[in-house]
Amino acid sequence: MNIHEFQAKDILRRVGVPIPPGRAAKTPDEAEAIARDYGGTVVVKAQVHAGGRGKAGGVKLAKTPDEARTIAAKILGMQIKGLTVHQVLVTPAADIASEAYVGIIVDRAAKKPVFMVSPAGGIDIEEVAATTPERILKLPVDTRYGLLPFQATQLGFFLYDDLKKVRAAGRIMQQLYTAFMQSGCSLAEINPLVTTPTGDVVALDAKMVIDDNELERHPDIEALRDPTAEAPSEVQAREAGLTFIKLDGNVGCCVNGAGLAMATMDLVKYYGGAPANFLDIGGSSNPEKVVNALRIITSDPNVKAILFNIFGGITRTDDVANGIVTATKRNPLKLPIVIRLTGTNEEIAVRILKENGFSAMTDMDEAVQRAVELAKGGKAA
Amino acid sequence: MSIFIDSKTTLVVQGITGRDGSFHARQMLEYGTCVVAGVTPGKGGQKFENKVPVFDTVARAVAATGANTSVIYVPPMFAADAIMEAADAGLKLIVAITEGVPVLDMTKVYPFVKERGARLIGPNCPGLITPGRSKVGIIPGRICTPGNIGVVSRSGTLTYEVVYQLTRAGLGQSTCVGIGGDPINGTNFIDCLAAFEADPGTEAIAMMGEIGGTDEQEAAKFVKERMKKPVVGFIAGQTAPPGRRMGHAGAIISGSSGTAAEKIAAFEHAGIGVAKRPKDFVELLSKQLA
Repeated sequence: MNIHEFQAKDILRRVGVPIPPGRAAKTPDEAEAIARDYGGTVVVKAQVHAGGRGKAGGVKLAKTPDEARTIAAKILGMQIKGLTVHQVLVTPAADIASEAYVGIIVDRAAKKPVFMVSPAGGIDIEEVAATTPERILKLPVDTRYGLLPFQATQLGFFLYDDLKKVRAAGRIMQQLYTAFMQSGCSLAEINPLVTTPTGDVVALDAKMVIDDNELERHPDIEALRDPTAEAPSEVQAREAGLTFIKLDGNVGCCVNGAGLAMATMDLVKYYGGAPANFLDIGGSSNPEKVVNALRIITSDPNVKAILFNIFGGITRTDDVANGIVTATKRNPLKLPIVIRLTGTNEEIAVRILKENGFSAMTDMDEAVQRAVELAKGGKAA
Repeated sequence: MSIFIDSKTTLVVQGITGRDGSFHARQMLEYGTCVVAGVTPGKGGQKFENKVPVFDTVARAVAATGANTSVIYVPPMFAADAIMEAADAGLKLIVAITEGVPVLDMTKVYPFVKERGARLIGPNCPGLITPGRSKVGIIPGRICTPGNIGVVSRSGTLTYEVVYQLTRAGLGQSTCVGIGGDPINGTNFIDCLAAFEADPGTEAIAMMGEIGGTDEQEAAKFVKERMKKPVVGFIAGQTAPPGRRMGHAGAIISGSSGTAAEKIAAFEHAGIGVAKRPKDFVELLSKQLA
């Protein structure tokens, strides 16, 4: 789960990271009032779950409260990488002497959180990694011991020569690591970490991504979720206990299991079609899930045909068949549907479907080909 | 022959009185797996299905029954502790079925298990099956049949689909292993490939990978440098968009790394037969065994 910059900064402030004050505004009026409060020049920053906000024109300086209002009016409602900006952060502008990058990610190969720091901050770290990898220090942390003091110092010395700044940076590394572990992050980033002309070390931006699997343990962080920052169909799906990702094609897919769901999408493409979504109904085949799945798939106007691909291992295919019958009785389908199911209780499932006017297939390839044809405007069987 | 489990496997089921644990413990007993004990704290002294003794701790279950393997069905927030309890009790094979284990928990579990010389399979996996002899986990027994193909996969139902097609085509399996869909897991492709290479009962290997990470690329390198037995591979997620978690926590393209194209290229470079569709496994493997 992504959280906004102002939320990540609140978390980091609580563990002691030095961060200039800042408040979120949902209207130009609020932005103006906050700017007036701080006095002087402020920065107005789009709060949206996308990188490259600066390049997209979502981060601007405002010299007066009036200007803060005008700029906020422009940024609020702006689209950045397909996402609408609903909030801006207003924060006093800082004097910057140098910019560095500090980040922690869970590294799959190392099977540990890995610190990445670079004195080349303020820009895209992937670019630094590609062009000047020697300017990045990577340091894996054994979570059983935590970030050891000498490691924090090592990281600090990679960024600065002056011992006072090294110590300050080391403290920030410890604090960032603490927040990373306490909040259940898969990524935490300060970019840029700046030094001011007076020698202070301060975090000017913050990003945190939370491991979805941690949310059960952290209701305070789950409460930070911003549903306006996600596609409505994906919010609906999550509430219904389904994993759903919208894509651009026209074959609506409903599959049990993530691997089979991906393989089904790939097979749609193999046979010349395009999948409209990824949808995993999971191991349980409770009819209510099928009802919700069909509602979400058919709410996408691009969908021209629906494809069910169910492999009954633990899932009982007759349960899925009953779900399809229940769902379509409640909301009759206007689109052609192809149902493939095989495995546990397949004979019962096929009978249930036939009795209710559906035809069922047992071969995955035949079913996908049929769905692709129907989505292209082919005749229903 | 087989890898990791066989008729000598004696199993303790952690979470045997829970909804999933009890259902699958029954299925494993029916399949003929030697389930010798269950563990649920506070329920020690009970009998599961009137025959399997339940203990309060894994250590007690191991002391009383001599179990050598554990399978874990406890809820995600307690799974890390359950895995470490099993490793500390001296079990050398631990299979964690639980989905949703926080990845930071796994950063502590992985070295803990390694230091005790145990093998962890999973979490977030369907477990493994040596057809006709032992099943540890949730892979449906009736879709498998004994034979000489080793199967290893990051997925659950996709594995069932392929194994089912192999079985229908008369291609039996030595062992099928689901290594799980999480970013940090206990056993990777290379561990399984090395075991299959050393197993006299395995003649060819079917490997099902997916987007995210570099496990398949490392596996391809291993196949090219170290293996004599033929391998056929498939990668799911060719149509997956970057930056989105495709159901499995580990199935995510980060930046430009972990794509299906990159993994398929690594397979081709290593001489691994590439199945473009799940059904292609049958033809490609039959050719290798002919």
